[in-house]
Amino acid sequence: MEENGRRRNPLGLKLPRRTFIKGALLGLGSAALLPGQAGAAWEAFLQKNFREMSDAEVRAVIARLEKEAAGEWGKEIKIDASKAKPGVKFGYGLDLSRCIGCRKCVYACTEENNQSRTPQIHWITVLRFAKGEKWLDLENSEKYYNPKEVPEEGFFYLPVQCQQCENPPCVKVCPTKATWKEPDGIVVIDYNWCIGCRYCMAACPYGARRFNWARPGIKAEEINPDTHYLGNRPRYKGVVEKCTFCVQRTRAGKYPACVEVCPVGARKFGNLLDPESEIRYLIKNKRVFRLKEDLNTEPKFFYFFAT
Amino acid sequence: MKRLVFLIMAIMLHGIFLMASSSTAATDAQEMENGKHGDLPRFLVPSAASQENFPCSRCHNFRTADRTKRKLTAYHRNIELKHAEDQRWCYDCHEGDQLRLQNGKLVAFTESYVLCGQCHGTIYRDWKAGIHGKRSGEWDGDKLYRVCANCHDPHKPRFRAIEPKQPPMKPSDIKDR
Ligand code: HEC
Ligand code: HEC
Ligand code: HEC
Ligand code: HEC
Repeated sequence: MEENGRRRNPLGLKLPRRTFIKGALLGLGSAALLPGQAGAAWEAFLQKNFREMSDAEVRAVIARLEKEAAGEWGKEIKIDASKAKPGVKFGYGLDLSRCIGCRKCVYACTEENNQSRTPQIHWITVLRFAKGEKWLDLENSEKYYNPKEVPEEGFFYLPVQCQQCENPPCVKVCPTKATWKEPDGIVVIDYNWCIGCRYCMAACPYGARRFNWARPGIKAEEINPDTHYLGNRPRYKGVVEKCTFCVQRTRAGKYPACVEVCPVGARKFGNLLDPESEIRYLIKNKRVFRLKEDLNTEPKFFYFFAT
Repeated sequence: MKRLVFLIMAIMLHGIFLMASSSTAATDAQEMENGKHGDLPRFLVPSAASQENFPCSRCHNFRTADRTKRKLTAYHRNIELKHAEDQRWCYDCHEGDQLRLQNGKLVAFTESYVLCGQCHGTIYRDWKAGIHGKRSGEWDGDKLYRVCANCHDPHKPRFRAIEPKQPPMKPSDIKDR
């Protein structure tokens, strides 16, 4: 299996879990027939989809995952499982007339959300366009710009991350239902159900999903121990991850890390169902647009020009 | 074509907003005088102004104000006015230990955003709504605002360029582990 004997997710198997579990259960008859020493692994294997677990099951699973994570990462890691608040649908705004392309958001995100440092995984990509260029060509834009200072004369910047579509194509293609849209609108992934087939990555029109080709490389002291089951808990080799609007922060009432760090205040966040929120204000008062609107994905990520 | 028409309409509407909002800072100044808070933010991150020059009266009580436009050489050498400087100079915004509004009313340094709002009405309105500038804290609770002077030096308000963080690794940079 994997380095230092850790269990892979899910048990290193490449089969769609659903059918496999069914087959396994039928074949074995009942769990009582299991050899005793494989208990925890078997529990992991039998773990239900997050959405189908009862509160008690969630608590048990989290206790097990916290223990595993502590062993794996040499640090106590808290895994929260708080649910979406009723009456909340998250929306995001990004002011392209203010963004200066400094990439502070990229690295604040990495630290908050425990992305792998080596190999490098970033959930946010900042694209640079020359003013006047045919700029919605996301695939052929510059992301490696590296001047001494930003902003540069004659350019503007467009950060891209998961657009939290209301109509997410990634969810539709997932063969194991490991990714779905929560009631507060965040598209999440159950890393214990993801089999790493990467269909979702192919389906995402925004290139927002990332794959763990290796075990995430993060130093213990750099791990953020305040995590959410559906968000920034440490990932496994072979699973897909992406921006969750910092579900661990936003469900606790806080702004996402990228909003907090942005030095120019280009990033806006709030409840789309609250007419008093800043996100509603900007949708009403500014010229907003969304990426690839013609695909009918209905992103909840609104770009705008304040001026 | 439809888009173009829409754009023109949006710009025209924008113009109307501009006109409608230009008086808000004056109303805020009035409200503050009357001890009311209106729609002003409650929690502010103070600006990072150097403390060494406060209170101004420590020195200026012993100086007669010199209203001639000039480059300061004896003191405040770091202050260079690059902010519609043709139309005004220091004492248009300063008086004693306070800031001076267009109408001659005075506000504390901690309320400098009211001064800015007098000439930048639309931005001021956006700022109060959390669109211009930055808020942090809780999206559904208490929010911390940065005052204008936190990001803009009132004397030279153009946003300063900063060094970007390193670009992502190129696939070609990735070495075998
Ligand atoms: C340590 C003493 C000192 C302090 C404190 C100080 N000033 Fe000054 N200030 C001076 C001196 C000296 C000059 C004259 C500089 C020159 O002529 O080159 C000056 C010049 C000025 C001027 C130019 C107009 C004039 O009358 O010469 C303004 C405006 C001004 N100060 C504002 C302020 C404000 C506002 C503060 C408080 C935030 C402040 N100063 C605090 C010493 C001080
Ligand atoms: C557009 C209005 C405006 C003008 C014009 C202006 N100031 Fe200021 N000044 C401010 C504001 C607002 C602050 C408070 C800044 C803060 O809170 O960080 C300030 C702060 C200061 C301070 C204290 C902070 C520091 O940097 O030491 C001094 C001294 C000062 N001004 C001097 C001057 C002088 C001298 C001039 C003319 C050359 C001048 N100001 C012109 C608005 C103005
Ligand atoms: C008396 C009117 C007036 C006041 C008060 C005023 N401004 Fe301005 N400001 C102007 C004008 C006019 C311009 C455009 C001319 C220029 O760029 O110099 C301007 C330009 C600016 C710019 C754009 C600068 C650039 O180079 O892009 C910023 C930012 C700004 N002001 C911020 C502020 C802040 C912050 C305050 C409060 C401390 C303030 N202003 C107070 C009149 C004012
Ligand atoms: C979090 C930082 C931040 C705060 C707080 C902030 N601004 Fe700005 N402001 C910016 C940035 C970034 C720009 C874009 C600068 C650029 O493009 O060079 C800008 C641009 C401006 C401009 C130029 C006109 C334009 O639309 O581009 C004005 C005027 C201005 N700000 C006024 C204000 C006023 C007045 C306040 C307070 C009510 C304020 N700002 C608060 C960051 C800030």
